Amino acid sequence: MEWFYGWGPAIAMGALMTLEVAVTSAVLGVLLGLVATLASFSRMGALRWLVDVYSNIMRGIPQLVLILLAYYGSTVALTRLAELLGSGGNPVEIPPLAAGIFALALIVGGYTYPIFRGAIQAIPKGQIEAAKAFGLTPWQVFSLISWPQLLRYALPGLGNVWISTLKDTSLIAVIGLEELTRTSMLATSDTRRALFFYLTAGGIYLAMTLISGLILARLEKRAARGARR
Amino acid sequence: MDFQLIWESLPLLWQGTLITLQLSVVTIVVSTLVSIPLSILRTDKRWYIYGPLEIFSQVFRGTPLMVQLFIVYYGLAQIDFLRQSWAWVYLRQAYWCALITFTLNTSAYLIHIFRGAIQAVPEGEIEAAHAFGLGAWARYRYVILPKAFLLALPSYGNELIKTVKRTSLASVITIADLTGVANMLVSRTFAPYEIFLTAAAIYLVFAWAANRAVHYMEHRLSHHMRPVTASSAAIEP
Repeated sequence: MEWFYGWGPAIAMGALMTLEVAVTSAVLGVLLGLVATLASFSRMGALRWLVDVYSNIMRGIPQLVLILLAYYGSTVALTRLAELLGSGGNPVEIPPLAAGIFALALIVGGYTYPIFRGAIQAIPKGQIEAAKAFGLTPWQVFSLISWPQLLRYALPGLGNVWISTLKDTSLIAVIGLEELTRTSMLATSDTRRALFFYLTAGGIYLAMTLISGLILARLEKRAARGARR
Repeated sequence: MDFQLIWESLPLLWQGTLITLQLSVVTIVVSTLVSIPLSILRTDKRWYIYGPLEIFSQVFRGTPLMVQLFIVYYGLAQIDFLRQSWAWVYLRQAYWCALITFTLNTSAYLIHIFRGAIQAVPEGEIEAAHAFGLGAWARYRYVILPKAFLLALPSYGNELIKTVKRTSLASVITIADLTGVANMLVSRTFAPYEIFLTAAAIYLVFAWAANRAVHYMEHRLSHHMRPVTASSAAIEP
């Protein structure tokens, strides 16, 4: 019997694509979340309000709607831009990969912002004051006092976001990116073995999330070393 | 922005909203009712009781909802004895497949949340219930579950919002829910901003409403934990 009815290599590539998209959006999203967190401590009220609205919107609307909006929306926007620049009327299509990562990163940013903010607020003020009183420079305060604890408080939440992101990449299949789910759909329409291929995909996702869970548990343990229990 | 277009698409979007609402409410009610007894069983110490529940919870929380939906809708149709059984009446309809999948998925999360909350009930309160001679039923009914529900409320509220968002996947298996209708309208009018942003706004209203409802419940259920004020003392019998 051929390996996965001849679809083995394609599924492996799809799984890799899933990981790639998840990692890229998670990294970009975490950066976005950090920027939003910095902005939320700004003295400008409008900026703080804007960050809050952004986060609430990202957490309130379905990921699928945002992905569809990013895909079709950017296609329309780019086509209009091309018309303005006078390069004929042919529609410019944005690759599903870019639209998907864009949408997922926005979502990750919206979810990680409250996590980072909560983690910063969880650090007792007295510690920072004590560090300053000892004459530590701002960088030392950050790298020696704030950052290690920030990681400890934020890690459980960040882990949940990572696992959600991993699963949410399956939604990009809807706009045609050939990741794991899309590849299973193609394999199904080719071989008519829906149960087999979707169970396979499910098993691969499960392995990814379970392994992520194990790694995260170890990281959390490491980040919590030296913490009072 | 073409407001004329938004205005004209509102009736159709409203039809989709009703389907989304229907899917969400049924999913939330059924999975809440199912999860409460199952989460109690999940705290059992015998492996053959908590084991299967933990596996169920892990599998449904560890795989994408879309894949689960495809397994139920496209996959189960390939099992011959299911096609011959009574279940086929339901499994061949996208709507029922969506409801079944969403309920299983949300239940997996709720079992996880409720289990954590039950285990977080302070040991002393349970001991006190024992000391008062309360039986298992009375302990759960009057001491453990009310406290656990209060502890679980914030996560439960998040889960309500997530359930509404999850129902958007129904559109992938041809159901004309809010997202499905929006997607159809976009492919017809090619006005993604107008249509999708309107749909997103409707979803935001749901998220906001769920948020308010949870805050209200939290307020109501934590009555005994707030300091007595002159007005509340006067009103309470």
